[in-house]
Amino acid sequence: MKNILVIGANSAIAKATARHYAEQKDSLYLLARDPEQLAVQKDDLMVRGATSVECAAFDATDFTSHGPLIAQALETLGHFDIVLIAHGSLPDQALCESDFNVALEAFNVNALSVISLLNYVIKPMQTRRDGCIAVVTSVAGDRGRQSNFIYGAAKAMVSTYLQGLRGRLFPDNVAVVDIKPGFVDTPMTAHLPKGALWAQPEQIAQRIVKGVEKRSSTVYAPGFWRLIMFVVCSVPEVIFKRLKL
Amino acid sequence: MKMHSWGRYPVSDTVLEAPRSRESFARHLTALRDSDDRQIIARGMGRSYGDSALSHTVLATKSIDNFIDFDEDSGLLRCAAGLTLDAILQVFMPRGWFLAVVPGTRYVSVGGAIASDVHGKNHHVDGTFCEHVTELTLLLASGDILKCSRAENAPLFHATCAGMGLTGIVLEATLRLRRIHSSAIEQRTIRTNSLEEAFEKFEQNLDCTYSVAWLDCLATGQNTGRSLLFLGEHASDERFVTPRKRSLSVPFSSPSFLLNRYSMGLFNNVYFHKPIRAGQLQRIEAFQYFFPLDSIQHWNRLYGRRGFLQYQCVIPDEGALEGMRKILNMVSAAGKGSFLSVLKKFGPANQNLLSFPMRGYTLAMDFKFEQGVLPLLDDLDRVVADHGGRLYLAKDARMSAEFFQSSYPHWEQMRELRREFFADSLFHSLQSQRLGL
Ligand SMILES: Cc1cc2nc3c(=O)[nH]c(=O)nc-3n(C[C@H](O)[C@H](O)[C@H](O)COP(=O)(O)OP(=O)(O)OC[C@H]3O[C@@H](n4cnc5c(N)ncnc54)[C@H](O)[C@@H]3O)c2cc1C
Ligand SMILES: NC(=O)c1ccc[n+]([C@@H]2O[C@H](COP(=O)([O-])OP(=O)(O)OC[C@H]3O[C@@H](n4cnc5c(N)ncnc54)[C@H](OP(=O)(O)O)[C@@H]3O)[C@@H](O)[C@H]2O)c1
Repeated sequence: MKNILVIGANSAIAKATARHYAEQKDSLYLLARDPEQLAVQKDDLMVRGATSVECAAFDATDFTSHGPLIAQALETLGHFDIVLIAHGSLPDQALCESDFNVALEAFNVNALSVISLLNYVIKPMQTRRDGCIAVVTSVAGDRGRQSNFIYGAAKAMVSTYLQGLRGRLFPDNVAVVDIKPGFVDTPMTAHLPKGALWAQPEQIAQRIVKGVEKRSSTVYAPGFWRLIMFVVCSVPEVIFKRLKL
Repeated sequence: MKMHSWGRYPVSDTVLEAPRSRESFARHLTALRDSDDRQIIARGMGRSYGDSALSHTVLATKSIDNFIDFDEDSGLLRCAAGLTLDAILQVFMPRGWFLAVVPGTRYVSVGGAIASDVHGKNHHVDGTFCEHVTELTLLLASGDILKCSRAENAPLFHATCAGMGLTGIVLEATLRLRRIHSSAIEQRTIRTNSLEEAFEKFEQNLDCTYSVAWLDCLATGQNTGRSLLFLGEHASDERFVTPRKRSLSVPFSSPSFLLNRYSMGLFNNVYFHKPIRAGQLQRIEAFQYFFPLDSIQHWNRLYGRRGFLQYQCVIPDEGALEGMRKILNMVSAAGKGSFLSVLKKFGPANQNLLSFPMRGYTLAMDFKFEQGVLPLLDDLDRVVADHGGRLYLAKDARMSAEFFQSSYPHWEQMRELRREFFADSLFHSLQSQRLGL
């Protein structure tokens, strides 16, 4: 039985992952924006078999709240075996270019809030010398594309941060897993047309669970994105900059 | 967007909306009521074959897929309507619970199972899915949310069970689960060489919980009606195997010429000569017994781009043998074979206004969509009508309003009730319009 903190718990990907852990009879602590949805999820996870589920409302951009929220979660759970961070937002690139406040908000939600939260999560895990941190970033962070580079840059910031953190926490036996989903059919992408490359949140959840279990460093989800991103990253910049991607 | 259901026929232009929560369903509905588009219908997993879950606007229930409560003592499970039967079984089977009634695929939503009042291999013993639903929560056209049960708002309950989404949107339901003592089924297979014999065997085994027959529709002459009857009971060995996830998939619609009378005939010949240990008990996992087709994802693509039609009729006991024999002869004379044909004995009908089952026999056949199929099915309709039978709405994409209205005795009550609750101002599927509901 594990103790699991899920941040951004109402995200479709986090929800699918939490369900898996609930069915393993784990204990969960959920942080997310909408308390009504949290209550719905709590009941769901309890029926699925969770040993206990507690939750609290949380806004990622309210940085001052992070410390007390994590402290409360730690007190409730006792310790963290797994911390999953999944909240995020997909900003409109054109709006980000015309209004810096939109870009700033995107960086706050997708990048800086993650770094702030991790600050509070790390210490107790270091002390306990065990556990796993999993953060959902994106394949969009692997290479900047003209259609989506504010989001991409924010995700890249987190991925780079996680690389460093992985080394820092290695001696403390705390694993850091970077989850990079490709296209996933979730509310965030509800407005986009769907094609053959699209995955369901349950598939991503399976990859997360497996990645955490194996303490992998980087997990592409589904796995074929590793190959796609290898190809995308191999295109020489002189050509790439001319592609309307 | 272009949308179709399991038969891939018909294809309609549809706006798909996917409200994220119970609350947002009411908001979406209010917004739609104030717009010009007043033709909407709920959609679960799209496992109905025809046009029941198609309309101008479709409200997908897939994001309301949460459990709400489970009572170990009574076996009562409350859940949201978008949850699939698969999800329920994955969680509850290992704990010794099963659904009281399951259709031939577990990838249907609770809402869809209620709206079609689905039946399983145990209909002759346990009735339909809705007979094990104790309560449901319904979102009406007015935006009001009502609880309905046999005691509370009973008329609305009996109209919504089997109501094909035409009374409103089911948001939640309470189901009574069944205790099991094993994840396996003890199966007995009986080979029969004629339709008479199959009927006889069904009648001799009425006390058996599960029974269904696979019929070779292509067999002619003295083989007409040859079939394999599968009888099943839950095992009681207290062993619970965690169900495996499906693996195979048909990735694209395959050229439909692959399925022709020769290849299907070959399949059926091999299948019916498969050695079986007659009468002997065989232990097989429940998923394999109930959902053999679920192990191949997207098998409907085998029928090619133009899709296929499923024809499922029920004929009351008195005329069942004669009617079924006529139907099989017509199908085999037309050379329009059916890959899988399923024969099943039904128990009595229930009170739900548009419920399909009635005491008698039901036959389900698949037809590739091709020239000549629609006229053939019209001819079959006449036989079914002559014998006092009817067609299953969940499978239908083509029956006439006239046939529907003459074969579903409570259809006018349904239309009245739709008026009373203003459902007819908002909830329409392509099917309900075709049928004059
Ligand atoms: C391989 C296969 C085998 C099958 N075997 C059987 C069988 O053995 N027995 C049997 O009875 N059926 C069987 N069916 C049919 C299937 O069970 C029904 O069509 C069922 O309704 C499908 O559920 P769904 O969630 O996919 O609903 P959809 O196809 O999405 O919708 C079907 C109808 O339900 C309505 N509906 C869906 N959700 C709601 C809701 N929340 N509130 C109100 N209305 C709603 C829709 O408006 C529509 O009218 C089978 C289907 C397949 C593909
Ligand atoms: N979907 C994809 O194609 C895709 C691809 C790659 C990576 N990802 C990443 O996957 C993660 C999960 O997203 P998803 O696809 O599951 O979409 P989702 O269901 O829309 O989840 C995003 C979640 O982030 C939450 N959120 C947004 N801003 C917040 C804030 N200021 N404070 C607190 N919570 C906030 C949202 O809360 P509300 O529920 O309250 O709105 C929502 O639950 C995200 O990090 C996303 O970037 C997604």
